Amino acid sequence: MALLGALPGAIAQGMIWGIMAIGVFVTFKILDVADLTVDGSICTGGAVCVMLVTRGVNVWLALFIAFLAGIAAGFFTGALHIFLGIPAILAGILTQLMLWSVNLKIMGKANQSLSARTHFVLISQLSPPLAILVLCGFLAVLIALLYWFFGTELGCSVRSTGCNRNMSRAQGINTGMTTILGLMLSNGIVALSGAMLTQYQGFADINMGRGAIVIGLAAVIIGEALTQRIFRGFIARLCGVVLGGIIYYIVYQTVIFLGLDTDLLKLLSAVVVAVFLGIPYIKKTYFSKVKKEAGGHA
Amino acid sequence: MLEIRELYKSFNVGTVNQKDVLRGLNFTIADGDFVTIIGGNGAGKSTLLNAVAGVWKPDSGVIYIDGNDVTNMSEYKRAKFLGRVFQDPMMGTAADMQIEENLALAARRGKRRGLGWQIRPGEREKYVKLLGTLGLGLETRLTTKVGLLSGGQRQALTLLMASLTQPKLLLLDEHTAALDPKTAAKVLEITDQLVEENHLTAMMVTHNMRDAIKHGNRLIMMNEGNIVLDIAGEDKKKLTVDALLDMFSKASGSEFSNDRAIL
Ligand SMILES: Nc1ncnc2c1ncn2[C@@H]1O[C@H](COP(=O)(O)OP(=O)(O)O)[C@@H](O)[C@H]1O
Ligand SMILES: [Mg+2]
Repeated sequence: MALLGALPGAIAQGMIWGIMAIGVFVTFKILDVADLTVDGSICTGGAVCVMLVTRGVNVWLALFIAFLAGIAAGFFTGALHIFLGIPAILAGILTQLMLWSVNLKIMGKANQSLSARTHFVLISQLSPPLAILVLCGFLAVLIALLYWFFGTELGCSVRSTGCNRNMSRAQGINTGMTTILGLMLSNGIVALSGAMLTQYQGFADINMGRGAIVIGLAAVIIGEALTQRIFRGFIARLCGVVLGGIIYYIVYQTVIFLGLDTDLLKLLSAVVVAVFLGIPYIKKTYFSKVKKEAGGHA
Repeated sequence: MLEIRELYKSFNVGTVNQKDVLRGLNFTIADGDFVTIIGGNGAGKSTLLNAVAGVWKPDSGVIYIDGNDVTNMSEYKRAKFLGRVFQDPMMGTAADMQIEENLALAARRGKRRGLGWQIRPGEREKYVKLLGTLGLGLETRLTTKVGLLSGGQRQALTLLMASLTQPKLLLLDEHTAALDPKTAAKVLEITDQLVEENHLTAMMVTHNMRDAIKHGNRLIMMNEGNIVLDIAGEDKKKLTVDALLDMFSKASGSEFSNDRAIL
């Protein structure tokens, strides 16, 4: 019964992770880049939001500035990767590390609270059902905007970059710029999720992003598994990713409820994600037989 | 249309694997020429085409396309002058995107890509018509993901994409090598058709001597980074495989090393 009572809260949290997972989807699935900036940029979004709202800035403006901060973080990773030739994973780790200091400087200390009782916020865990409603609207707009963007000429050049970089350059696409653009967009969305999370839980914490990329990947993997079976459209895939975030969070809450040592949660998450990431390779390497095929080159 | 002067390119410089592929290559192509290129494995055919496409920078030399010095121009920038088809059918298209999306990407080669919708009104009808000329039934499958097409269909589509913006130069690097003979013949037929309709200047690397003789108006043979044979006009029309093999051994002092070519 207590578990059921916690359900709306878990769904709301899951939807917030779903926003972040959409950001991860943009880099990991569309751009074909594993970006570890996420762990830092989610906290940047939260930090910017908490500092602005507690100083009386309108919450919508705070969200927008958090988005811009995420974009700046994504640009930084992209610049390290494209202009300095640092491998994307390493570029993300470097930015993530830098953001740790930046986030501390933004907040002035490791933790800043944002009380829904004294400030106007969009969502709060004081009222999970209302939060779910607001998040539904938020996600609908976000998904619609992404659907639009990835249908434009520019958006398509980002997609083709992730799909085939050689072909994209042969078609006159500046793949360096599209890669940076994708990283900016992704981290902007991730920072937005951080800002929403901060409002919901009522505080921003320097550790709030730790392991976020693993949660994002888990949500993307669950979402893709869901939509591959049912529909394959772009909107369906994004909805699947959000659903992935929700499922992840409900399972997480259930495991806690069943009394599992919470110290082990991150270990479990990472193992589960590792297994799912490894499945395609395992299938290909250990379970496929060489086909006997006639002919070859003419 | 294309002018290459004193082009040098080495790979793995300073290692035991150093390979000096192009050593002062000079080469020009006139407007409207369709040059077929043959040569043994490792002769430097792909290296020549990659130099023109700007896949990497040469060590020294100059490359002009239609009077423009492109030597220091990045690959994506000079794409506006070029249409390219590769040996691997996977390489020329975006597999996760639809046929019409791939065409729309190619149609914007050399143009600014903004926030307008990727496919404008009227564009789709144009693609249906163009796909119809391929005779592969693709005109009814505009929204099919390219990854679901066969190798031959993908090469034909890549050819169409390459010729869509009327490039100054078409670069075909063994674009039929991965196809079965029947499909290869069909793709070559489409190649001829597109080159003719669009009045394109083209360079076509092929491993098949008969195709090299049959297509185009000029044939060059490469060996160890040099152009050892250059035959055009009436001489090319009279060429036979035997004569070509003969000329190769005279020019290079060795047997032709690419046994796939003697078909
Ligand atoms: N990127 C590269 N790195 C190292 N060596 C290369 C590279 N590209 C080509 N080569 C070498 O240059 C020589 C010419 O290659 P290539 O132009 O591909 O020959 P082909 O005439 O068969 O197309 C070969 O010996 C090849 O091994
Ligand atoms: Mg080659």
